[in-house]
Amino acid sequence: MTDSGVNVAPTVSFNSISMVFPDGTEALRDVSFSVDKGEFVTVVGPSGCGKSTLLKIASGLLHPSGGTVDIDREKLGYVFQDATLLQWRTVRQNVELLAELHSVDKDERARMSTDAIELVGLKGFEDHYPKSLSGGMKMRVSLARSLTLQPPVFLFDEPFGAVDEITREHLNEETLALFQREGFAGLFITHSISEAVFMSTRVLVMSARPGRIVAEYEVPFGYPRQPDLRFDPEFAKLSGQISASLRGAHS
Amino acid sequence: MTVEEHTPIGARSDGASADFETPFIMAPAVPKPGKSRLRLASDSILPPVVFGVFIIAVWYGISYVVLDADRRFLLRPPHDVWQKGFADWENFHELLNGLQSSAKVAFIGLGISIVLGTSLAILMSQAKSIERALFPYMVTLQAIPVLAIVPLIGFWFGFGFKSRVVVAVIISLFPIIVNTLFGLQSADRGVHDLFTLHHASRLTRLRKLTLPNALPAIFAGFRISAGLSVIGAIVGDFFFGKGDVGVGQLLRRYANFLKSEQLLAAVIMSSLLGVAVFLAFGWLQEKVTGKWYEHGGGEV
Ligand SMILES: Nc1ncnc2c1ncn2[C@@H]1O[C@H](COP(=O)(O)OP(=O)(O)OP(=O)(O)O)[C@@H](O)[C@H]1O
Ligand SMILES: [Mg+2]
Repeated sequence: MTDSGVNVAPTVSFNSISMVFPDGTEALRDVSFSVDKGEFVTVVGPSGCGKSTLLKIASGLLHPSGGTVDIDREKLGYVFQDATLLQWRTVRQNVELLAELHSVDKDERARMSTDAIELVGLKGFEDHYPKSLSGGMKMRVSLARSLTLQPPVFLFDEPFGAVDEITREHLNEETLALFQREGFAGLFITHSISEAVFMSTRVLVMSARPGRIVAEYEVPFGYPRQPDLRFDPEFAKLSGQISASLRGAHS
Repeated sequence: MTVEEHTPIGARSDGASADFETPFIMAPAVPKPGKSRLRLASDSILPPVVFGVFIIAVWYGISYVVLDADRRFLLRPPHDVWQKGFADWENFHELLNGLQSSAKVAFIGLGISIVLGTSLAILMSQAKSIERALFPYMVTLQAIPVLAIVPLIGFWFGFGFKSRVVVAVIISLFPIIVNTLFGLQSADRGVHDLFTLHHASRLTRLRKLTLPNALPAIFAGFRISAGLSVIGAIVGDFFFGKGDVGVGQLLRRYANFLKSEQLLAAVIMSSLLGVAVFLAFGWLQEKVTGKWYEHGGGEV
């Protein structure tokens, strides 16, 4: 996983994935795409179209009814929609959780968590309990927790859906900075078109249930991206196109 | 019922809520205007004191106004109870001895309930099938009135100390099982997924996730059961009087001899024991979970 550059095979690839739940709900139909190292791919789609299901299949929490996924699950980064922190652990202890589950020794763990906490800008809050953090800060702890294992693949399931717009934009910029620094392959889910365009190298549009990939857009901007990119005419045009195909996807 | 028990009743003192605010106070602590420490103390002490005075006044009213002199034995006035029950050293000594005997039964009973109840709940949390197999019997067991099985307990465990402990266990076991099980099962789905993703073993999941998550509920159960174990010890003592004399035996004796002052004194002392145990567990709970537990909200 550290052999950056020599990696030719895609880091995640979905091959004709379909998913029918035991109750007969068909969530996904024939979904195929892949995410390479250094790519940040975002999936947008109407609510209930199967986006979370897709990530659960990628992570192995769910088994698809058809198709296969190629992915290295050993050190997967997965940021859920909720921060899912352990209330009885301080920020530092929460960030160290995954390293603990992977039996990383104490000193190494402390070093990892110090780095991760600093990266997400929570220095000084190491000994706080989640109950004294704001929603955005909790999300950052969750992000830091996933970072400790330096995952080569990062799955994000609408991680910033519950925070206000200003905080969300901040977190977007921080996540991009991490993406540049760590060079992981990112698969991101969101409802926000501007978030999708701002973050990604590629945006995929999913149809209403059963979810299929109905459109694909390359995002032409390089990194690092400045916050005022959001007001660029090119940005607005691309957002408009995605919005139009999303509306089509709804019906 | 469990959900309400999960949030301990009247647990928060003003001191504790001040604790909760400390992380936000960055500047040197300046006392809030108009709310000095003294004021806070008086806020929490004054109401119960006023109500206590009111109760005593009503008590006097019943003893002297409602009851005629020849029926006053039904409810002796407070100062009589004080004089005969507490101020009389010989009687007070007897009461203290009884209380000590019953407290011992209650503590042992509670200890057994805690170990047994927590273990059973952990066992049931490990597989739905175990829970389904055991739970109906626990409900049935706790639905049996103790009175109905008093003879059986006597046959099996004798008419002394052991049977008293058994009664204390039977009465205090159920809330511990129910609350612990509820706590163990209330961990967030997403956190469970996280542990699954990282291949956590059953034991790791229990140690690092479900057990700590259950602590507030577990302590809520302990507090309820602590009070119940005192009741159980006294009830047990009432029926199984062999050996040293506990509060139950004293109550029976005072009732037989119509010593209503002593009777009331015994009632007051035993409820004080219950309150003391309840408060002790509240304190312990605050020590263990107070720093992190958000009262009334499980969302993180
Ligand atoms: N365990 C399940 N059993 C049956 N149906 C399910 C299950 N999980 C999800 N579904 C159904 O599958 C569909 C897709 O669900 P999913 O959570 O993937 O949607 P989503 O695209 O993430 O929606 P949102 O944007 O609102 O989060 C929904 O219709 C949902 O009801
Ligand atoms: Mg979803």
